[in-house]
Amino acid sequence: MATAYEYIVRTKDLVKEYTMGGQTLRALNGVSLDIKRGEYISIMGPSGSGKSTLFNMVGGLDKPSSGTVFIDEVDMAQLDAFELAWLRCRKIGYIFQTFNLIPVMTALENVTLPMIFAGTPTDDAIEKGIKLLQTVGLGERIHHKPTELSGGQQQRVAIARSFANDPAIILADEPTGNLDLRTGTEIIELLRRMNKDSGVTVISATHDLKMIDVSDRVVWIRDGQIAKIEARADIELKVGTMDGEQH
Amino acid sequence: MQSQQDSGIKRQIELPWSEAFKMSMKSIRIRFWRSMITAAGIFLGIAFLQTVLTTSAILEGIGEGYDEMLKLRQSWLVVMSLLVSTVGVVNSMLMSVTERYREIGTMKCLGALDKLVVKLFLIEAALTGIVASVAGSLVGMLGMLLVHWIRFGSRFGPAFADQLGRLGSNLVLGIAVGSVLAILAAFYPAWRASKMPPAAALRSEF
Ligand SMILES: Nc1ncnc2c1ncn2[C@@H]1O[C@H](COP(=O)(O)OP(=O)(O)O)[C@@H](O)[C@H]1O
Ligand SMILES: [Mg+2]
Repeated sequence: MATAYEYIVRTKDLVKEYTMGGQTLRALNGVSLDIKRGEYISIMGPSGSGKSTLFNMVGGLDKPSSGTVFIDEVDMAQLDAFELAWLRCRKIGYIFQTFNLIPVMTALENVTLPMIFAGTPTDDAIEKGIKLLQTVGLGERIHHKPTELSGGQQQRVAIARSFANDPAIILADEPTGNLDLRTGTEIIELLRRMNKDSGVTVISATHDLKMIDVSDRVVWIRDGQIAKIEARADIELKVGTMDGEQH
Repeated sequence: MQSQQDSGIKRQIELPWSEAFKMSMKSIRIRFWRSMITAAGIFLGIAFLQTVLTTSAILEGIGEGYDEMLKLRQSWLVVMSLLVSTVGVVNSMLMSVTERYREIGTMKCLGALDKLVVKLFLIEAALTGIVASVAGSLVGMLGMLLVHWIRFGSRFGPAFADQLGRLGSNLVLGIAVGSVLAILAAFYPAWRASKMPPAAALRSEF
């Protein structure tokens, strides 16, 4: 068993540059961030500020130009393909703005897929998949295809899928970005409930101010840099005046 | 810093071929019409190849007009038909892989190894290739046999009997060529897609 380190994710001087047509763009410009085990963290910032880029680096979906990401104090750059796949499969659950369900699979098949990859026997995977879909309130819709579900329901399937292998970290990139206000609130509350119940660390990139209410800490990023980090206790006092600051 | 040993990070297991096979079967079944388009390309190419081979066999059996010039033309036709089927197969495999970049990216996020991604596409290609080239070979050969039967009447029977062995090996050749082409054509796009960082695969719009 791994030692339970205080910080589950740490980034150090993270830089990511994209080169397009001879021009170099710094999407991340020296991001150092420590995230505690069990925390619910929101990465807030306007569109184009580098949230998704940070999401990709922390999730091991892309490589930084320089700097380091530590997961449980392990430098992610040191992992080979097998270890990286294991990490993505077992340690991290991903939630995307566009849901990214496999369109030809039913809700249940989508949720069991990560368990199949982990080598779970089919029967156990199905049993757990049904349980997870019930947890997110989709017990009646397990055999529906994504196209037969609403946006909010698809995101619930994605959340159930992200919990399939009991990850330590849930990474969400604008999970409410394609949802209406009410559905968005429900998804946020669901994530918060699962964070409280299972102690999973939730890292969510967003520019949805509704997220502030449930976050333990909010990291404000702008132009690829951390502008400020606030604990919720500090924010609650002035949340009324926050709206003007969004864009 | 702690050593990597007690980090708790293990190595992802490889899914057995049988599991990959199940997933590919499901994918073909669900995307039936898409698979049919891919299959149609292979089918046409192999059917054409088979008509050329069958004509050459029957003409030889009958002993009619089979001079050097014709032989050359036949080989030319065979090469052309192989090119036609190769282009068709490569094209449809490229399409079926690129339109699934997003899905590949998602699967890699969920823990699929690059190898599994390649395996899934190779199995799909092999199954499609076998079915299509069996059908193409049969249709091409039987169709051409019918044409020659009508054309040569009573002279057809003995020629057919004479060439039976060669027709049989042509059948095997056609099926082998179709299946191998399908697998080869799928390999490069599948391999390239599997090597993409998930972030890049997920960003593609299809
Ligand atoms: N693959 C890429 N190639 C080139 N530029 C990119 C790529 N991904 C992101 N960018 C650029 O990097 C910056 C940050 O993007 P992103 O991380 O997606 O921001 P956010 O998620 O906060 O909206 C933007 O200017 C964006 O255009
Ligand atoms: Mg984004």
